[in-house]
Order: sequence, then structure tokens, then C-alpha cells
Amino acid sequence: MSIKDRLSGNEAVAIAMRQINPDVMSAFPITPSTEIPQTFSSFVANGQVDTAFIPVESEHSAMSAAIGSQAAGARSLTATSSCGLALMWEVLYVAASNRLPIALALVNRTLSGPININCDHSDSMGARDSGWIQIYSENNQEAYDNFVQAYRIAEHAAVRLPIMICQDGFITSAAVENIELLADRDVQGFVGEYHPESYLLNSKQPLAIGPYAVSAYCMEAKRAQLEALKNAKQVTLDVAKEFAALSGREYGLFEEYKLADADYAMVIIGSAAGTAKDAVDQLRAAGQKVGLLKIRLFRPFPGEEIAAALQKSKVIACMDRTESFNGRCGPLGAEVKSALFDAQLMPPVINYVYGLGGRDVTVEDFITVFAQLAEIEQTNDGGKKYRYLSLRE
Amino acid sequence: MQNLIQIRWHGRGGQGAKTAALMLADVVFSTGKYVQGFPEYGPERMGAPITAYNRITDNKIRVHSNIYEPDYVVVVDETLFETVDVTKGLSKEGALIVNTARNKNEIEKLLNGYQGRIYTVDARRISMETLGRYFPNTPMLAAVVKVSGLMPDETFLNEMQQSLEQKFAGKPAVVEGNMQALKSTLQEVS
Repeated sequence: MSIKDRLSGNEAVAIAMRQINPDVMSAFPITPSTEIPQTFSSFVANGQVDTAFIPVESEHSAMSAAIGSQAAGARSLTATSSCGLALMWEVLYVAASNRLPIALALVNRTLSGPININCDHSDSMGARDSGWIQIYSENNQEAYDNFVQAYRIAEHAAVRLPIMICQDGFITSAAVENIELLADRDVQGFVGEYHPESYLLNSKQPLAIGPYAVSAYCMEAKRAQLEALKNAKQVTLDVAKEFAALSGREYGLFEEYKLADADYAMVIIGSAAGTAKDAVDQLRAAGQKVGLLKIRLFRPFPGEEIAAALQKSKVIACMDRTESFNGRCGPLGAEVKSALFDAQLMPPVINYVYGLGGRDVTVEDFITVFAQLAEIEQTNDGGKKYRYLSLRE
Repeated sequence: MQNLIQIRWHGRGGQGAKTAALMLADVVFSTGKYVQGFPEYGPERMGAPITAYNRITDNKIRVHSNIYEPDYVVVVDETLFETVDVTKGLSKEGALIVNTARNKNEIEKLLNGYQGRIYTVDARRISMETLGRYFPNTPMLAAVVKVSGLMPDETFLNEMQQSLEQKFAGKPAVVEGNMQALKSTLQEVS
């Protein structure tokens, strides 16, 4: 049963949290965080959930408290944004390496400087190698749906890793849009109770979590962690299948939009994918074979599947909403090019940086990108492989 | 997108232009439409110019960019005429709706030759009379509903009554004042 509503992305995620009713939420309750902890704490105050809410003094403490409670055996979560995630950095690795399936609601906003509060992906992209599962959302509906699916992926016996559910700051987090919610009992039935196999408060099974690993064991631990992360790919698909049966909404590792016969393909993450789909439709109506691949799962990166989906594309645009200062490409561009290379596919790939610090990106901007891809094919001149979109020169 | 209506709000931080855009999305949702209501933040401080937007249509909305060719522009603070080109991109078939005590001819002189309709309402006076404080966003919300014909007055007032009673539970005077501000604006905007 679906409930039609209109909510901001922040409200939608807070409602998913209420429906899940986790054991512990630790969060830094004010800026740089979002309305998510604020809204959720009102559910706690009103007795709508029996979650223990811990308002901590920093994001480093928020993640540390989540690590402690999750290790103790409690389903835990937190929410943050921008420099809040940066302050968690050190302990993100601790959560992942100790195989603690914590959920984090991230609202993607830029890291200073220049001082700016608006959307880009520099916060989560900086944390991409911390060992967390990363899932990105296009709109409030996807942020909600992804959060409902989060624990099923993270807590799966073959995975047991923390998961970050990302949505675009302000663009979807503060925007009110239509949404379809699931009934509380449907979400509870789907997510289920948390029964960890091993946890600190189990007196029958004494346990140490997070001890020192000498060099003779550290590499093996990391290798085992990688195996768990790789397993998250199949589990994400399995959970999505069950979610589709419940909600009627289908999710994969990524979304292919009019991609099958596309000569020119765009690979993109987040809210701008919706804007780009409108550009695809306009160009399709004019007879141009263009398509789009929207990333959902970024960690683990489904490189083989993405290369297979792009194998017929003649020219590809990779859209990065962050600058990684290597002078050649952004994080998405690097991943996609590496995946294509391993699949022995060598189409021209143009890596665009766009939307930094909340710079608006329009349907017309994306039409320009597709026009540039067509020009590259027609002139056989790749030009600059690394470009900034709608930069004021 | 069929029957797409796009609205741009100009105000100053603290005047509630963002809240008005979100409230408009709320009230239009109740008529079965697809809606977007979202702010664009500049520097975060009271008094800084801010912009907010609405899209309203019969189909699912995918686009997530700002609005450059609005059907309606609402100016919550008339001092913005000095610094912001409020009619930029505004459709000639649409309208400009201004919170001002001045008459239309005076407002027209401040614009860059805008050819479309201009509506005014003295939201300051209405707000002071009904709420005793300056909250221009409630009257401007009623003004844009009236001018755009998004829904009948009665539907709008019923929805707002419910929404305000929820938001200001236990503060009947605030609900009453806001409802009076909406009703006065529906009659006075011209």
C-alpha cells in the first residue's frame, strides 16, 4: 500500500528512520548537519520511536558512539553533511574495518573553501575509499527507498559493512516534492529485527572488537573486508528485487535511461540525472540517439556491468560533481575509464566537472554536452578530455 | 510536462519567501498536482536577497534546476527592485506580483520595460492589521494563488485552514490572523 505525500528529502529520510525505529541514533544536532536529526529527534520526543537519541558534541563523536553501540549489538545510525562527514573521517574506517553495519544518511554538500554551503559531491567522494557501501539518490523518493533498503544490504551475513545513503544537498534535501511512502508495518516487515551473530553485550560469547593487528594479519583483514564489500553488489540486487515486489519501484546497481542504442552516453550521479533525462528526451524527439547511465551503487563500483552497458556507445561523457585535483579526471571519470580499459573498450571519454558549490545545471547545459559528444565523433577530434561545464571565463 | 506553471519568488532572508514557496507546494499538492518547492540560498544572513521556486504540473517532475523563464514572479520586498532584475525571463503572458503600497504606474517605471501584467497588494498593511507583525509571506501566497488561478479561493482557504491548524496547534489567534490575511489579500490584490 502506498501513501501519497509531499516531503522534502530531509523529511523523507527522517520518516524512513522512524519506520525502521533503530536502537540508537547518535548525531551532532545542528549545522553542518541537516533537518534529518532535528526531525527524527522530534519523533523520539513524541514517543513515536523508542530509539536512544544521543546528541553528541561533534561528528567524530557521533560516529564513535554509533560504532560503540553497533558493536554492543544495537542497530545504529547517524546523519550528517559536508564538513560533518570530514570530521568523521578517521572513524569511518574503524566502522568499516570492524564490519559494523551502521547506516549514515548523508546530504551531499561541498567542503570549504571558498566557504560555501551548497551541493556538490566532494564530501562523500572524499570518503569513497573508507570501506563503506555508497548509494546515491536522484530525488526524495529514491533517498527514502534507498534508506529503507540500507540495513538489508549492510546487515546481510555476506556483507556486514556500514552503508552511506547519499542525496544532493538543498536540491533534493530541502526541496518539497511528491513522494509515495510505504506503510509503517510494511517497512518494519521488510527491514526486520536486528539479530547480530556476534556482539559485545553477549556474555555467552566473550569478544574483542577492534584490537591491534600486527603486520602478519593486517593485510589478510583488509582482503577479507574487500571480499565482503564485493558481496554487497549481489546483495544490493537481491534486496532491490524484494523491494520492487513490495513497492513496485525497481532499482539496480545503476539506471539505464534510453541507453541500449545510444551513440552518445552520459554517466552521472544524483539529482542532475533527472535534469539530464529531460535533455535526453528533447534530443531523442529530434532524432538523436542519446542516453544516460545513472550511478546508484558507487562502492563497490560495478565496473564490469557499467562497461557492458556502455559497450555500444561511441562517445561518452562522465559527469563529476567534485574536483579531485589530479589534473586528469574526477572520481567517476577515473572509475569509468578504468572499467572501460579493462573491458578493452576505447571510446573517447570526456570528463566534465559541473555543479561545484551548488552551481546550477540546466537541461540546456546537458544539451550542450551531448552536442559536444556528437561533434567529437563527427570531427574525430577528441579535444580536451577534461572540461568544466558552464564555467564563467 | 503538461500545463507546467513556474513561479519565482524574490525576498530577503527572514521574510519567509522560502516558507511561502514550500506552503504553496503543500497546498497545490492537495489538488492532486505534481509540485516542486525549493529555495536557492545565497549568503546565510537576515536581509540578504533570496530566491525560491515552484513548479506545478500534471506529470512527474524530473528537472532539478532553477527557473529562468517563470510564468509568475512574486516580489516580497520592493527594495529588491534596486538590485535584482526581477522580471528577467518573465513570460509576457504571465504576471508580476508585488508587495507594495505604491500604485502600478510607479512600479512599472522601475522595471526594464516589462510588457506583461502587474499586480500589487499592500502586504505590509494587511499583515500589520491581521497579525500585528510584518509577515509578508502569507498575503503574498494568497496573491499568487489568486492571480494564477491555481485553485478556487474556497479550496485554497480550506486547505490553508487545515494546514495552519496543524502547524500552529494551540495558537488559535495565529491561525485566525493568518486566515484573515489570506482573505483580505484575495479581495485586495489587483
